[in-house]
Amino acid sequence: MKQDIILAGVGGQGILTIAAIIGQAAIDNGLNMKQAEVHGMSQRGGDVQSHLRISDMDIHSDLIAEGDCDMILSVEPMEALRYKPYLSVEGWLITNKKPFINIPNYPDMEALENEIRSLPRQVLLDADQIAKDLGNVRAMNIVMLGAASKYLKIPYESFEVALEKVFGRKGAAVVEMNINALAAGKAFSEK
Amino acid sequence: MKKQMLLGDEALAQGAVDAGCSGVFAYPGTPSTEIMEYVQKCPEAIERNIHRTWASNEKTAVEAAVGMSYTGKRTMSCMKHVGLNVAADPFMNSAFVGANGGHIVTVADDPGMHSSQNEQDSRFYAKFAMIPCLEPSNQQECYDMAFHAYELSEKFHLPVMMRLETRLSHSRSGVERREMLPENELKLPEDRNQFMLLPAFARRKYKHLIAIQPELEAAAENSPFNWVEDGKDKSLGIIACGLAYNYVKEVTTRYKCDYPILKMSQYPLPVGMIKKFMDSCDYILVVEEGQPLVEEMLKGAIPRDNRIKGRLDGTFTRDGEMNPNKVAVALGKEKSTEIIIPDVVAGRPPALCVGCPHIDSYKALNEVLKSFVEDGQRHVFSDIGCYTLGFLPPYNAINTCLDMGASITMAKGASDAGLFPTIAVIGDSTFSHSGMTGLLDCIYDKTNLVIIILDNSTTGMTGGQDYTGFGKLEAICIGLGVEKEHIRVITPLSRHFEENVAIMKEEIEYNGVSVIIPRRECVQTMTRRMRSLKKQEAK
Repeated sequence: MKQDIILAGVGGQGILTIAAIIGQAAIDNGLNMKQAEVHGMSQRGGDVQSHLRISDMDIHSDLIAEGDCDMILSVEPMEALRYKPYLSVEGWLITNKKPFINIPNYPDMEALENEIRSLPRQVLLDADQIAKDLGNVRAMNIVMLGAASKYLKIPYESFEVALEKVFGRKGAAVVEMNINALAAGKAFSEK
Repeated sequence: MKKQMLLGDEALAQGAVDAGCSGVFAYPGTPSTEIMEYVQKCPEAIERNIHRTWASNEKTAVEAAVGMSYTGKRTMSCMKHVGLNVAADPFMNSAFVGANGGHIVTVADDPGMHSSQNEQDSRFYAKFAMIPCLEPSNQQECYDMAFHAYELSEKFHLPVMMRLETRLSHSRSGVERREMLPENELKLPEDRNQFMLLPAFARRKYKHLIAIQPELEAAAENSPFNWVEDGKDKSLGIIACGLAYNYVKEVTTRYKCDYPILKMSQYPLPVGMIKKFMDSCDYILVVEEGQPLVEEMLKGAIPRDNRIKGRLDGTFTRDGEMNPNKVAVALGKEKSTEIIIPDVVAGRPPALCVGCPHIDSYKALNEVLKSFVEDGQRHVFSDIGCYTLGFLPPYNAINTCLDMGASITMAKGASDAGLFPTIAVIGDSTFSHSGMTGLLDCIYDKTNLVIIILDNSTTGMTGGQDYTGFGKLEAICIGLGVEKEHIRVITPLSRHFEENVAIMKEEIEYNGVSVIIPRRECVQTMTRRMRSLKKQEAK
């Protein structure tokens, strides 16, 4: 079993939290994992990405090669497409619909959606709205993880356990809110 | 023991602490920052109360580490690759005085320049200084090599370089820890001459350093981190250095290539091992992250051996980061493809944050310069930090970025040449790192210039670390000789815009050294501070 995932977004949108939860769940399942992150200058409102690799075999490279990525999980629609060359023919693109506009030349939303919908395997959802309906827009990243969970080769319950580990010190209410966000994302994918 | 998920930086930090390190000395710099940040939070480091506060710059950090090594304690200095340029003086000489307690000099290189102003390979520095260099290929090796480095350092009485790269520093994986070693006892040098570099002693030390090179080479020959993996297909042998070993293994595993591989993680170059390896293969592919150090050494100035492939013969690009695709192309398994991002995707370069105080400072500066020079004829010398992003539209506010502290000294040179008005823009932490001596030059020469110290009260670009000059900027400027009435503290907010423009105008018109300090907290550190305050209140 191996799964190569590219997490995408804009600096500050919480992709490293998604990475930490998937990584924790992978380790709890006895899998190997490697996860390359971006720190430094790009974090200032620029595009950020994280290469996350999980496998039951040894993992060598910290980077995913072009055309090898099994899943692009993005919290921003344009950023999802930035990594399209990495996506394998059978790969899934799972992205938040809500744009993060901090540049003057942000593309037309319809053109973006068309490009995304042209892929054979994609899931497009308004995770901001779903998180808002649950009472905390900041849980948007966990909604996205929930939406992706259906296609991740790790049991769903492991993500709940990992959420408790990662958010536990912030209190039971935060954990519960995130578990609900995870479930809401999952429910969207299973519709 | 259960594995912990650690960044390469964190694995090394934990390794050093577990191997009995008594103090870490560093200045923030991507991708090395997380080493010190981890030590500052590490329970074992807190329990032992090992030294873990930031230094003013990399030079003071390395010197302090040499001082701790003098006392017999184990120590580590950390920096990014360009930080080693700042620390080059003590670094080179530390090879002469050597180490008493083990001293690891950790340098994190940034191939591909993700967050740096150049791409340089620190292994050249280790070779230059003639000290051992370790180059881990994964997070577990980062951890294990800390133990090995201290053993080497104390065995040969030399500092040892640990070379990391961005992809290792900032990549996370499972790491298994060992039992912690006790710290060394205080044990001062037995030889009174050891740390004395008067020429007569220095000559002897250089001869000694030269004399022990064969021993260092033998240590590399026998290193547990250098090995040969045999393969049936001897038409090609691959020398894979440090991190590049992963890319090689990724590709050879996938395409089931059965070439012999020499994995290289400890220098000086184990020549015997390499010669034997090269004799057994038809061609040699050298895969190394950074500059072609090993390849150049194997080829020599007048290449007699045309069997060697790498960055010099065009097999790989001469610059930029390695990756699995480049290795697969070199092995003839994949075609070189240009990454084509869909047309609809726009670039999203890093930018100053919404509400950033630097924006208000730049707006005022741009306004005031209109009354002195024509549009497009303005020249502002700047420096390294978030505010370097002020070069980009819509601000177009600065013209230069050379190295830490160069804003003030470059402005001085331009003022000496007759440029008016001459403006230097530098951050508060950068000023504390390398701006003070340049300011003293200006005072000495009564240079006509305005120095703007952007005070956001943190080291912003690297994620908000504290710095040594915090809260002391005016006192430092007065102490260095700036006249009190020409130190102007302003508040960079839009409601102070006109007042700020007027103050800048006055100081530009003053013929002498002026310092303007726009002071407002970084929005990122403020948000974090507020959040942690709220959390404390909730408790």
